Amino acid sequence: MNFDFSDEQKQMRDEARKFLAEKCPPKAVREVLDGKAPYDKALWKGLAEMGFLGVAIPEAFGGAGAGHLELCVIAEEMGRANAPVPFSSTVYLAAEALLLAGSDAQKQKWLPKIASGEAIGTLALFESKGNPSPKAIKLQASGGTLSGVKKPVPDGAIADFAVVAARTGSTGRDSDISLFLVDLKAGGIEAKSLTNVDPTRGQAELTFKNAKAEPLGAAGDGWSILTRVLDRAAVLLAFEQVGGSDRALEMGRDYALDRIAFGRPIGSFQAVKHILADMYVSATLARSNCYYGAWALSTNASELPEAAAAARISATQAFQHCSKNNIQVHGGMGFTWEFDCHMYYRRANATALTLGSLSYWEDQLIDRMRKKNAA
Amino acid sequence: MNFDDTPQEAEFRATARKWIDANAPKQYEAELSKSSLGRIRLEKEEIVDVGKAWQKKKAEGGWACLHWPKEYGGRGATPIEKVIWQQEEGVYGKLTQPFQIGEGMCGPTVMAFGSEEHKRHYLPKLASGEHIWCQLFSEPAGGSDVAGLRTRAEKKGDDWVVNGQKIWTSGAHYSDYGLLITRTDPNVPKHKGLTMFFLDMKSKGVEVRPIKQANGMQEFNEVYFTDVVVPDHQRLGAVGDGWNVSLTTLMNERMSIGSRLATGFPEMFEFCSNLMTDDGLAIDDPATRSKLASWAVKASGLKYTSYRAISSLSKGERPGPENSIGKLVSGSMLQDIATYAMDLQGAAGALTGAAEQEASGQFQQMLLSSPSMRIAGGTDEILRNIIAERVLGLPGDIRVDKDVPFNKIPTKGR
Repeated sequence: MNFDFSDEQKQMRDEARKFLAEKCPPKAVREVLDGKAPYDKALWKGLAEMGFLGVAIPEAFGGAGAGHLELCVIAEEMGRANAPVPFSSTVYLAAEALLLAGSDAQKQKWLPKIASGEAIGTLALFESKGNPSPKAIKLQASGGTLSGVKKPVPDGAIADFAVVAARTGSTGRDSDISLFLVDLKAGGIEAKSLTNVDPTRGQAELTFKNAKAEPLGAAGDGWSILTRVLDRAAVLLAFEQVGGSDRALEMGRDYALDRIAFGRPIGSFQAVKHILADMYVSATLARSNCYYGAWALSTNASELPEAAAAARISATQAFQHCSKNNIQVHGGMGFTWEFDCHMYYRRANATALTLGSLSYWEDQLIDRMRKKNAA
Repeated sequence: MNFDDTPQEAEFRATARKWIDANAPKQYEAELSKSSLGRIRLEKEEIVDVGKAWQKKKAEGGWACLHWPKEYGGRGATPIEKVIWQQEEGVYGKLTQPFQIGEGMCGPTVMAFGSEEHKRHYLPKLASGEHIWCQLFSEPAGGSDVAGLRTRAEKKGDDWVVNGQKIWTSGAHYSDYGLLITRTDPNVPKHKGLTMFFLDMKSKGVEVRPIKQANGMQEFNEVYFTDVVVPDHQRLGAVGDGWNVSLTTLMNERMSIGSRLATGFPEMFEFCSNLMTDDGLAIDDPATRSKLASWAVKASGLKYTSYRAISSLSKGERPGPENSIGKLVSGSMLQDIATYAMDLQGAAGALTGAAEQEASGQFQQMLLSSPSMRIAGGTDEILRNIIAERVLGLPGDIRVDKDVPFNKIPTKGR
């Protein structure tokens, strides 16, 4: 059994960590947090130069052609660094949708630009409160144009193109939904930034008024493609969450070693130790579930739907648990703007909702397990 | 990343599978498959008798205590081969329960500290199941604080005379030998005055009394020592070095990778999939689904954590510390699952009679037994301390009794 990343993949993780430690210190994250920039452009450019944006994009489309295991280790480091760039929307959602359903011409048009950092992409799925569901998609497609409103759209205000889920039928079936590829700079689209709990990752409202759109994948296949895109993104985002969990745990541990109260390091009190031990437990469970997700993703295994849901749930729980308890270990200082704890707390709780809420994924997992048991 | 055996591992697995297929006591397979939680019982026979026969057969075939050297009754197998064996042994592994403390703790301690003569005499008999060993560590005054033990051993000529009491000794009533830690010097701080021995459980002055537990069962014992004579050559390690010797024993306890702990999740998933409530199947209820999903990812998290450790073994590396989470996670899970399974049954959930009970009463039994899972082999709190100190590198507790002579440590709280 070799249920681990290879030495080369671990080396890539180390490289990414080193790069991000240098180019994405907390000070850089704060530039975006404080609203001085919508995202870290220099970092985005650097990620492209390192080959990280196109790591899972085939060489034929301008990528490095490495694979999804490589993308997983980079995702982990992006989460650890709390990187304020549109990585997840561009790489996990837009690029994955293109890889799954794009025509050769569509791939040729956008994937090289993703790899080179020239284009930011996103997925416009949600329209209001609630979780992913074909019923919730009202945005209409007709005659090659789209009309309607999408929100929240991750990184929607800075994206160059979007994969948009639209209604093309009214039978009440999943096949009413089709996907479209939209050049957001081409006109007919109004983008409005929305404030959200994690300002380091933008959210937007996109209004489509007869916006020109080309089909992505076959008509009526939208929902089935989306489901697969969400599963793939769930695994990748879970690695970000695991990276964030580990960082929050480290911050808490380091503070507990340095901070003296009652004449001793607070990390020598069992009440504090046990908080940190429980953080280690949740982070470890999440990491192991994520490894299984990575295996399923990279091998396109039939277990992917179940593995993705498990990774998503476990990593969401771990990041929320670790980031909130990191603040608790820091005490009052953890609740200041100056300390970095809240950046991870914000990211954890925003990421927990990005692809649908925890309860949505819990529901998905149980459904998928039942399906497997019935089979 | 893959789950495949290496060619050598595959060959070993095939050999093991073939041998097991030809030799396993298949008449017990169904019964063993059913009992997933708690102690194993057989309808018509004693588990110890059936277990001894299986262990003997394994020893004759060269499959007992695989990772031990051949000259002491083992196979000289690698750690990954031991894991593969356990996977292949499957339900029959449950028959080895009476020997696990001997194989996992007592044997390795004798191997590390016993004389060559002792090793050649005792270890092969332990490996073949002819002798069963127990571990005599815990005491009424020293559970988590095992170094606070009070059983005395005093030197008389070439012998030691032991007086005192042990508690929570699994299998003492059917054991032939015991690994015994004693206090030989109460005038020095507690960790420094301990000495390790092994003794014949049939020695004069050894009395084994079963403990009736909170769940109504009797699985553990108290062991009393009254002027029990232990020859000095049965000492393991130097006089006063018993604490260090015991660390060897306990380290082996924590190395038991691949032995999967019960979480209760598969039973709970099945139960909820079939339980009809007033509002439909339990598994269709959103609150129940949410709980099931959280338990599911804990169970899968533990499974894949052990796969990561097995992968390290496969590469010939030492597994990381991540396996230390197993019992901490599964203990609470059993208790939570049992509580919720009963909750789903409403007032009738409290009933245990054969006519009323759901799911063969397994959740009621789980409820009553699960507290011990959070205590035995290291309490949840001790396990959290271990993770915090050894994995995360946090400072050890301030120990007010560390430098105090043992006989000056207070014995009463108030």
